[in-house]
Amino acid sequence: MSRSIVPEAISRQPWLMLIPLCALVSLGAAVLYSAAGGGLQPYALSHVIRFCIFLVMAIVISHMSRNLFRMAAYPVFGAILGLLVLVELIGAVGGGSQRWLNLGFMSLQPSELMKPAIVLVLARFYETLPHAMTASWRGLVPAGVLIALPALFVLIQPDLGTATAVCFGGVVTMFLAGLPLWWFVSAGGALLVIAPIAFFTLLHDYQRNRVLVFLDPEADPLGTGYHITQSKIAIGSGGIFGKGFGNGTQSHLQYLPEPHTDFVFATMSEEWGLVGGFFVLLVFAIVLGWGMSVARRAPDRFSSLLAAGMTATMFFYVMINLMMVMGLAPVVGIPLPFMSHGGTSMLTNMICLGTIMAVNRWNQGRGSLA
Amino acid sequence: MKFSFRRLLRQPHVTTGTLRNSFDRRSVVMTGIQGGIGLLLASRMTYLAVFENEKYKLEAESNRVNLSLIPPRRGWLLDRNGTPLASNRADFRVDVVPEQMQDAERTIAQLGRLLSLTPIAMQDLQDKLDKSHGFAPVEVATGLDLERFSAVSVRLPDMPGVVTQRGFSRFYPTGPSVGHLIGYVGAASAEEYEKDHDPVLITPGYKVGKDALEKIFEKDLRGKPGARRVEVTASGRIVRNLDTREDVPGKTIKLTIDAGIQDYAARRIGPESAAVVVMDCQTGDVLAMASMPSYDPNSFSDGIGRLEWKMLSDDDHVPLRNKVLRGLYPPGSTVKPMVALSFMEAGLDPNESVFCGGGLRVGNRVFHCWNRRGHGQVNMAKGIYQSCDVYFYHFAQRIGMDPIALMARRLGLGQEFELPVVGQSYGTVPDPAWKLRKYHKEWQTFDTVNATIGQGYFLVNPLQQAVQASRLASGKIIMPRLIHDQEHKETPSLGIPPEHLAYIHQAMSDVANGPGSAPHARLPFPDIKLAGKTGTAQVVGLNIGNGKGGQWKHRDHGHFISFAPAENPRYACAVVCEHGGGSGSAYPIARDVLTYIFDKQKGMDILTDLEKKWGGTAKERLDARYRAYSAQYGVGAPAVSSEEESRKVQEAEAAQEPRQPIVSGAQSPAPEPEAATIPAPPAPVAPQSAPQGPTPGAARPGNTGGTQ
Repeated sequence: MSRSIVPEAISRQPWLMLIPLCALVSLGAAVLYSAAGGGLQPYALSHVIRFCIFLVMAIVISHMSRNLFRMAAYPVFGAILGLLVLVELIGAVGGGSQRWLNLGFMSLQPSELMKPAIVLVLARFYETLPHAMTASWRGLVPAGVLIALPALFVLIQPDLGTATAVCFGGVVTMFLAGLPLWWFVSAGGALLVIAPIAFFTLLHDYQRNRVLVFLDPEADPLGTGYHITQSKIAIGSGGIFGKGFGNGTQSHLQYLPEPHTDFVFATMSEEWGLVGGFFVLLVFAIVLGWGMSVARRAPDRFSSLLAAGMTATMFFYVMINLMMVMGLAPVVGIPLPFMSHGGTSMLTNMICLGTIMAVNRWNQGRGSLA
Repeated sequence: MKFSFRRLLRQPHVTTGTLRNSFDRRSVVMTGIQGGIGLLLASRMTYLAVFENEKYKLEAESNRVNLSLIPPRRGWLLDRNGTPLASNRADFRVDVVPEQMQDAERTIAQLGRLLSLTPIAMQDLQDKLDKSHGFAPVEVATGLDLERFSAVSVRLPDMPGVVTQRGFSRFYPTGPSVGHLIGYVGAASAEEYEKDHDPVLITPGYKVGKDALEKIFEKDLRGKPGARRVEVTASGRIVRNLDTREDVPGKTIKLTIDAGIQDYAARRIGPESAAVVVMDCQTGDVLAMASMPSYDPNSFSDGIGRLEWKMLSDDDHVPLRNKVLRGLYPPGSTVKPMVALSFMEAGLDPNESVFCGGGLRVGNRVFHCWNRRGHGQVNMAKGIYQSCDVYFYHFAQRIGMDPIALMARRLGLGQEFELPVVGQSYGTVPDPAWKLRKYHKEWQTFDTVNATIGQGYFLVNPLQQAVQASRLASGKIIMPRLIHDQEHKETPSLGIPPEHLAYIHQAMSDVANGPGSAPHARLPFPDIKLAGKTGTAQVVGLNIGNGKGGQWKHRDHGHFISFAPAENPRYACAVVCEHGGGSGSAYPIARDVLTYIFDKQKGMDILTDLEKKWGGTAKERLDARYRAYSAQYGVGAPAVSSEEESRKVQEAEAAQEPRQPIVSGAQSPAPEPEAATIPAPPAPVAPQSAPQGPTPGAARPGNTGGTQ
């Protein structure tokens, strides 16, 4: 149709997903502009620039071949696991907990990269696993080890949020890989039993406190419950149409903690109201729905697991962050994809997106020659 | 078939097809879960933003807007001429709200450095913080200069809980002179806040009246607080002012007090422990009501520090007691004009005389006159101006106690007056019924003897003495007034025949201007005469001390009641000099105060000379004493707990009720009260040419000092 006018490299991009996504990033930039007190610096400009750079990176990823992904799966996973160990060692030497690896030109958080990597390695694992063994211990134990290793390293950093995200991505991939349903049901049941015990024995004080405060934020409105309370005030006071761009008092007067990172959704809601909130939800629905449809359309087991796992990882970010800012989940340091200011989370999400785009390309390459 | 089914159970048959199938089903489930959570989030958000919108809007608003009260300017207290006795002055101040401080110790230390507080001030601040109740602000410093004020102001964001303010603070221009009259202000205590939940009470910088007029008129003086709505950040930094409502200053209250006389009277007391009351004896306006020593209400408003407590409690002159209202003293011979009036009312001819040989034998007992050598033939006038005890012993036997007690009450003794004061001790006018009621004992002859010379059970306060002098002077039922703007009612007459009053006036004039007991009380004016009556009240029996020297606590009280001009009374003045050693300590004060009233310059000259001897004005001496204390004790003064503090205040406020032990005999008047201090006047004073001529030549010029 329009192929004669628009170059194929552009026309083949999934614009139905990318255009809403760009709108979302623009909204994010606007919110960050306002959060900075009406300035491009220090958040908004770097947010947009990062998105552009990472979008190019995603497109580059999307052009990689399926075989490259397959071959890279284990080495990439191994390398990131190595980085995790390295971070742990440096932290042990430097004293205190460390999550960052200073590369000189940027600081890298290997635990973030582990989120897409775990999906990739599991997709590769289940592709190579003989189908008949899917329901046997051989389908469970190696995958379990692949998840548990990085999860443990992240957990002792300590970073419960990221560890949960890694597990979530991995478990969803296993679920979609067709492991028997009752395994998941009984694991879920066991978790229900273990969780309260772990809560009182394994968690750090501040983590336990966060959970307790989540259950009753008003009990300590000026202490740890402050975050949740202020976030709810920001969202609730926005009303349907919001207070208007640049008029958010909760964020501008610093009542809202982290108005540009974890609580960026509350900052947005205060100024753009319910309308803005629904727009954000809609864009995420489009992006994640697109991701799931790409996974379903994928021709082979590797691509479908890869796309679905990546979608689940992105979904996990969105779900936990939004539930947190609305007071439905405890405060965990998980940013909102494409809106929160922060390089590493943008990188992770764009890797996920690039991977799904790659699967999408493989779909097109196979299916629609027309 | 059955076999293969069992095999399927053990090891499900998995193929590419079944896996694809299960992936499709499970991915739909996943999508469903995602959609479900999306719906959950959407509905949660709708709930927050639509249904709870009002609530959160309000909360965001209350986050953003900080309503701070501006303490109202306190109403002024003016004297009768409009001179402020208590005013406000613009002030830079710093307070802390203890419950808002994050690191109290560090903040206080930093404030101490920035404001360059002395170790004593730091200690007092710490004491105040220890006693504070969290929400109530604690004053750190007032009266700051702009430099120190700004040093704190710019660091406010780093010091949560610290409040700086440009406000007004109470100022008493004459300091200690008005201490007991006006009272003082201070931060509201938790109990006061409990009683009156006005939020202005816990506004930084607001002070409530703690004593006297400041306390009585608290509601009128308070005014209405202003309010400032400001937008603040979470850390409390003010972004901008939204709007401001000005405060409504409290009502101004005009007193009958004359600031000049009040200050003069207070300063003239000097180092003595005394009370002076000056009244307009035609209207009842109280012109001065001074009790010294006093405290400086200016330095009390920031709370009473350890050192101040030590100073106050070390002082045996009880600076916290308002002696005008709370001090009760046997009136001594000052009752004699009153007793004489009651004699005349009972029909006694004032010219009827009795021979005083230094004592009076009644039955087998002898009641002594203060002058053991006797006064010779004594009539009523001489009985007054020479203060002859025998005259009164003799005729009191005849007249009886009841008419005397009745007259005492008519003249205001033992009465409580309707005045805006925190408490009056009204004392005792004894009579037979009273004694029977109180001790279940019959009235005895010696009781009458004691009462006629103002001893025994008789107790009065200095205000009653002044009222008595006013009523004696005017013959009207003068009621003391403190508030100026009440309309004037015609004062009814006491119903005492004018000739009786004229006789008494003449006799009292002779006390100072004739052959009386206090010739040195004469005013330094040729045309203005003072009429008065001396009194010396024994505190301990003669077996313990002679009342003149020795231990301060054992010295006699000195009294003087007076009015002037003698012929046309306008001003009445009563002085009580606690343990002054006799009336010689009291009448010079009254004389100088009246001198000041008629000629300010002359009065001031006298005072200036005296103050040179004493080491400065009352305020200067108080300040010097404080410096000496701070040099001596520094931060070593003991802490005063809240209980101890309230106990001490109560102790001082409670009437100084001298014990009234049952009297079992006549009290001997102190002999030759002033022989040592008052030299004989050079020549006998020429008799007054008064119509009644109550100046018999029998006066012995060499013996003019006695009072009892």
